Amino acid sequence: MIPVLDVRGLAFAYPDGHQALFGVDLHVHRGERVALLGPNGAGKTTLVLHLNGILAAGRGSVAVSGLPVERANLQEVRRRVGVVFQDPDDQLFLGTVRQDVAFGPANLGVRGAELERRVMDALDRVGMADFADRPPHHLSFGQRRRVAVATVLAMEPEVLVLDEPSSNLDPASRRELADILRSLDVTLLMVTHDLPYALELCPRAVVLSEGVVVADRSTYDVLTDEALMSAHRLELPWGFDPRRIGSLPR
Amino acid sequence: MGAGHGHRLHFHGHSPLHRAPAHLKVLGLLGFMLVVVATPRQAYGVFVAEALVLLGAVAVSRVPLTYLLPRMVVEVPFALFAVLVPFISHGPRTEVLGVTVSEPGLVAGTALLVKGTIGVLASLTLAATTEPQDLLRGLQRLRTPDLLVQIMGFMVRYLDVVTAEMARMTVAMRSRGCDPRSPRHWPVLARSLGALFIRSYERGERVHLAMLSRGYDGRLPR
Repeated sequence: MIPVLDVRGLAFAYPDGHQALFGVDLHVHRGERVALLGPNGAGKTTLVLHLNGILAAGRGSVAVSGLPVERANLQEVRRRVGVVFQDPDDQLFLGTVRQDVAFGPANLGVRGAELERRVMDALDRVGMADFADRPPHHLSFGQRRRVAVATVLAMEPEVLVLDEPSSNLDPASRRELADILRSLDVTLLMVTHDLPYALELCPRAVVLSEGVVVADRSTYDVLTDEALMSAHRLELPWGFDPRRIGSLPR
Repeated sequence: MGAGHGHRLHFHGHSPLHRAPAHLKVLGLLGFMLVVVATPRQAYGVFVAEALVLLGAVAVSRVPLTYLLPRMVVEVPFALFAVLVPFISHGPRTEVLGVTVSEPGLVAGTALLVKGTIGVLASLTLAATTEPQDLLRGLQRLRTPDLLVQIMGFMVRYLDVVTAEMARMTVAMRSRGCDPRSPRHWPVLARSLGALFIRSYERGERVHLAMLSRGYDGRLPR
């Protein structure tokens, strides 16, 4: 089976010489939910920006459902890989929620009734259909995060990539977003520092540290491997014990 | 969140001026301002006529003057300059209220003040009767280059975000015993404005990335 995300030997250095990735291998298959863990500066965001061709591989390759990420395929790659960025204010920049959600599919040439259907469908899936005509910056932070997810869902991506989806959310919004993410029938790659969230949502975890993948196992195994955790600056919140929760079925 | 999308300038209403198409209003304002600017400096009768036309438009729009006048403070720096002109200009002197001032300077200053005031009030009337989104669509209909309209759209969208960021920075400064209003702390204020510029610039880059990720190719879909 062709993996949805197929990253091989990916290396990348920024123009200032700082090398962020040293040969990353990662395969994600259809329907998987994978957490991408790692300390600050591990190269997680750099990796994410390669998945939809914002950054071009220095060495190695990235393919999305068999389609290589390269200049000629960028439009299709960006349809297949939906990236939700950390700050919803970066993602929502138009006058109304509806316009913002329509932005992606309209760029793909979707028009008219089909565009409207996609917009409302995406908003429905994140429970924000009643807010279609509101300006995004009048919404609460949690609502904006959900609309940001909808802006990407409207492109009907094959894989949803979320950068720190639970950051800055209050516990209720955090749980609501988890419910939404669980309800989506889509492959998911989630960059996060929120380890309980990773355990709750993603059966599999990949640990990136200093630009290489150092672990790729079940999230439960990663979180209970104390040597691995402390070697890569990963820490569980105080009082949180994965052993009392158990592992999600893979 | 504070008021958004220029609600601070927009006055909700249903007058004929509110309903008029935005591109006609823009053309109207532009034409009117060209006439005002072209009016000879001492044609006071024409100034009065222009002011009456403008006040008529304001009356039609049913936007109360008490709403518009406080917003005219934006003119203050220009007004200060206009008031200075009679004192710093050369030429024959004349006496006003016991103060000797330059006569050509007095004429120039007065004309500047009058034209400026009419311009600011006319622009505020346009802003009060037109939603920023409609204004942008109007400009688009007038074939304003797409890139300019996009830039203005982003300004409208991110004005609140940047002001809120600035407000948070000032609060953080105050919390550490700095008073941005005291000249002694102006260097700090200047540095924080620099930081704000960098942050906004970086946000611009992040927004652009997020747009590219959703297939943006240089044109906003209509």
